Amino acid sequence: MNYTVSNKLKIVSIILVIVGLLGMGYGFMSTPESVEQVETMLANESHHGGGHEAATETAHHEMAAETHDAHGDEAAQATEDHGGSHAEHVYHRLQNRPWAAIYVAAFFFFMIALGALAFYAIQRAAQAGWSPVLFRVMEAITAYVLPGAVIVFGIALASHYIGHNNIFIWMDDKVVEHDELIKGKSGFLNMGFFIGRGIFFILGWAGYRYLVRKFSIAQDTASDTSNFKKAFRFSAAFLVFYIVTESIMSWDWVMSVDPHWFSTLFGWYVFASMFVSGITVIALMTIYLKSKGYLEFVNDSHLHDLAKFMFGISIFWTYLWFSQFMLIWYSNIPEEVTYFVTRIEDYNLPFFGMLALNFIFPFLILMNSDFKRVNWFVVMAGIIILFGHYIDVFNMIMPATVGDQWFIGVPEIGAILFFAGLFLWIVFTSLSKAPLLAKGNPFIKESEHFHY
Amino acid sequence: MESSKVIHALYNDDDILMAAVKKVRAEKHHIEEVYTPFPVHGLDKALGLAPTRIAIASFIYGCIGLTVAVVMMNFIMIKDWPQNIGGKPSFSYLENMPAFVPIMFELTVFFAAHLMVITFYLRSRMWPFKNAENPDPRTTDDHFLMEIPVHGDENELTNLLKETGAVEIKIVDKEAH
Repeated sequence: MNYTVSNKLKIVSIILVIVGLLGMGYGFMSTPESVEQVETMLANESHHGGGHEAATETAHHEMAAETHDAHGDEAAQATEDHGGSHAEHVYHRLQNRPWAAIYVAAFFFFMIALGALAFYAIQRAAQAGWSPVLFRVMEAITAYVLPGAVIVFGIALASHYIGHNNIFIWMDDKVVEHDELIKGKSGFLNMGFFIGRGIFFILGWAGYRYLVRKFSIAQDTASDTSNFKKAFRFSAAFLVFYIVTESIMSWDWVMSVDPHWFSTLFGWYVFASMFVSGITVIALMTIYLKSKGYLEFVNDSHLHDLAKFMFGISIFWTYLWFSQFMLIWYSNIPEEVTYFVTRIEDYNLPFFGMLALNFIFPFLILMNSDFKRVNWFVVMAGIIILFGHYIDVFNMIMPATVGDQWFIGVPEIGAILFFAGLFLWIVFTSLSKAPLLAKGNPFIKESEHFHY
Repeated sequence: MESSKVIHALYNDDDILMAAVKKVRAEKHHIEEVYTPFPVHGLDKALGLAPTRIAIASFIYGCIGLTVAVVMMNFIMIKDWPQNIGGKPSFSYLENMPAFVPIMFELTVFFAAHLMVITFYLRSRMWPFKNAENPDPRTTDDHFLMEIPVHGDENELTNLLKETGAVEIKIVDKEAH
């Protein structure tokens, strides 16, 4: 049976895109136009600001508070003038905000598609017997890998060529000139190499996705299993390519917003985030399609397995998050710990709230075996997980770009709506282009009868 | 001592056993027990056993383990002998908590796993110096044994079991316990 995109869904995604565009446009329009404007704004704020900052400072005094200025220096260097005032500092951060808002949302939706692609490749390489009934759903989600990656990469480049290096300060030659640490890394962090790597990653991911989708559809009508075998071989090779490129991509596109800071397990950490988001979207989309009367061959046990993955990978994410946090917290080396000091001081709620959303909720909600088969439970857990991982990306990008001037307001929500609309449009259009059951897959009978 | 007659039907394949269990139950016979050399998936459902509550027990044990870890580390590291480790004086549990998370995790897992296994043994009536209950040593190797108490017509039941593919059928007097 084929899926046809309902008009309602089309309208919803178009509305999301339009509202999102307006929100993002408003974000750019509403940035202050001059430093003077920020000065008056700050003067008004200080009347009802008060001792908030001092309170957080003392609460975390043991965490090498003297080092947290290092981060501020970075941003200050981003400003044209070194002796920049506080107002000028705030002005540049507010200018960065619409860029960062778009970048966070773009990366979040791209990450879902790439995570689903990795999950799909694992199913292929492992020759899993339970999942072939879900292959078309996974393939549809991975259709967003190419547009999503191009958009994220495009925003990164636009922030340099059109904007004023609003996301990556290492792209600013004036900053690098005075910064010994970035200068030392400039063999890796320079525009030419950055662009080359980005193109290489995108070609690799999109190329694999194109080929495996072709084999998958050809297998539907094939009389032998040659397409299946080719898909298996390409998937095994892709997984090697993926884990290397995903790791480097996470340094390039995410970690390098804080060019002084580094963490050796950052690639794994971003991977865990994208993997759990991808699996969650596969589960949500499966439940949605089933509720519309499609995917009659998908049963409770498939859903149960997806929910088990959501549960397990959420714990895996927490494990990596904590492994990264605890070592840096314990060793307390100034150049490392400044990353967490800024987050705990300026991002206290999203930083710790994310742990509740990404760990405690999925852990408690999805622990019971029976709940993993209850659709609305999985949907509820899924929405919480997705929101939590948006906050996760937010925590990765925002502190380096807007610092303490963060807020989840019109620009951020507008960007989420825009990319959600685009994602829905591309994914569901792709879903409608092939039969919903990959009927040529040699494991399809096993998968249909999968029972746990 | 009261004694009762039971039939022991032996099978040499778990799929045949599963089909047999379903058929015997469909014919309204009570199956007292099935002895298998390895866990057979879905057998508990086919036998109509109540769902296991071991997961709930395990959750409770995990919570106990977590509590023990918190109380223990609070006593050792904060109350009894505070030290300054890596520039982090141990005056408050909360501020030193990240250092204790691995211990909290390990003790949660340790308590949940070990107490769950011990509970499982006791609930299965297996404790030290206990004599084995299984009636035929082949059930520890490659045979499956179904035990059915005889009420009424013995021959009818024997024929039914033969039909289901039993490789051996014995009628034994069993001492009730």
